[in-house]
Amino acid sequence: MRAMNYRGPFRVRLDHKPHPEILHPQDAIVRVTRSCICGSDLHLYHGLVPDTRVGSTFGHEFVGIVEEVGPDVTKIKVGDQVLVPFNVACGECVFCKQELYGNCHESNPEATAVGGIFGYSHTAGGYDGGQAEYARVPYANVGPTVIPPDMDPDDAVLLTDVVPTGYQAAEMAGIQTGDTVVVFGAGPVGIMAAKCAWLFGAGRVIVLDHIEYRLEFVRNYAQCEAYNFESLEDPVLFIKKTTDWLGADVCIDAVGSDAAGSAMQTLTGRKLLLQAGSATALHWAINSVKKGGIVSVVGVYGPTDNLVPIGNLVNKGLTIRGNQTSVKRLLPRLIEHVQAGRLNPKGIITHRVPLEEVSDAYRIFSAKLDNCIKTVLIPSPTIA
Amino acid sequence: MEKTAKDFAHIKGWGIDADPKNDPTYPYKHRTNGEHAGYIRPDIPQQPLTVEVLHSNERPNQTAVFGASVPPSGLSGIIRRYAFRFSENEYSHWLPLLLADRVNVVEGILEDLAHGHIPNIFAEKGGKADWKFNRTSQLLKAGIGTALGIATVVLLTRKKRKS
Repeated sequence: MRAMNYRGPFRVRLDHKPHPEILHPQDAIVRVTRSCICGSDLHLYHGLVPDTRVGSTFGHEFVGIVEEVGPDVTKIKVGDQVLVPFNVACGECVFCKQELYGNCHESNPEATAVGGIFGYSHTAGGYDGGQAEYARVPYANVGPTVIPPDMDPDDAVLLTDVVPTGYQAAEMAGIQTGDTVVVFGAGPVGIMAAKCAWLFGAGRVIVLDHIEYRLEFVRNYAQCEAYNFESLEDPVLFIKKTTDWLGADVCIDAVGSDAAGSAMQTLTGRKLLLQAGSATALHWAINSVKKGGIVSVVGVYGPTDNLVPIGNLVNKGLTIRGNQTSVKRLLPRLIEHVQAGRLNPKGIITHRVPLEEVSDAYRIFSAKLDNCIKTVLIPSPTIA
Repeated sequence: MEKTAKDFAHIKGWGIDADPKNDPTYPYKHRTNGEHAGYIRPDIPQQPLTVEVLHSNERPNQTAVFGASVPPSGLSGIIRRYAFRFSENEYSHWLPLLLADRVNVVEGILEDLAHGHIPNIFAEKGGKADWKFNRTSQLLKAGIGTALGIATVVLLTRKKRKS
């Protein structure tokens, strides 16, 4: 089959790889019909995540048609159109039983700090991902969810990660009616976090980024304020001034380790790899939130350390919450929101690209060319 | 086993200020406190270990299911095996893994060549898209590269002439 093949930082190509096989009685094989490139794929693409092996296939946001199931699979059947949450979750361990499906303890032997994730390095379990014609989907009774018949597959593919992650970012922020919410990052997750903040009753939503076309997009899509931090002398001071000098009620880090905005963070985090990526967004979030406020972190960082102002966390009495998104837990509510028209996931798709052009698709997304917000790869145009 | 007030009868005031609402994991953790019993392997069949899979020393066993892609091999594999002797808490775990990733890139190129494939690095880096949407920057980079190349050649030839 054809699949994306990682060759090193900033280098990917399409190659022929063996067709995936059932390796466990609860496995399924899914023929992929749509697969997105996620902002967090860029951390892999940029070589920031340890144990990203040459020959790996990325892709943790995909939908497809069930092609084959193992003998213990009872919840889905051959021919079902399914969306596959990015978490590989057993549903049986002590964490899954508490609905922490992003923290499964039986899906990732290589690291205990993170559950298994499709196509996200051996640090996340060593699974090949969905940027391919076919994918092996373990624990097929737990994760894969049959797409409702009235749902557009373009909406469904965004329910595998970006929508639930934006929603959980807002949920973890504990937004109360009338709160001022600042979202750092106008990538797909930041856009969705801004949009979802309104569902929790935010009174004001502000997004900061430095890419002008993304700021324009989020202003329209999420009906929020959006500012270019490069045009602000000091983004934290700007937030203080615009919130009557107290700071935001909640701040959301929707950027993670690829953040721009601080030369020191960029040099030590992204260039020299002395930190687990650049922590500029988290640094700004801690300093922009008011005393007693909440910082919600969904931006992805590597497994080592980052430089952030922990002293201010204590002195300001902040609550910091973060997690890998528990997609399965959130799906029923999010499907309702999409069906009711409260969320329009496919509205963020700007690029639909054949899998053959995966190298160019990564470059366009990574370098933010051609006003790219969200890219969907189509493995077989005839079935999409 | 769940602890009760009876187990702590010898501690005056044990649990008197406990407040179930004081739980910052709401609403994403539906707390059962199941983990108080320690690690218990759920009753899930074990995926057969058909390839080498490294596992964190912060757990006693392989997980029931795992990814079987790209097992460790070559020099990068030796470095990865070394890294897994240390816990996730140690730099000596993560830094060798980053080193192994870089070694693996060279191994990948050698493997391509060994299979008679010359990697098209321009295409792999999305050069076509860059040329289409980012031409000025590409031309600038190419210009700087060429200028540096010429300058290096000139400097080296000068030195040779002098010597």
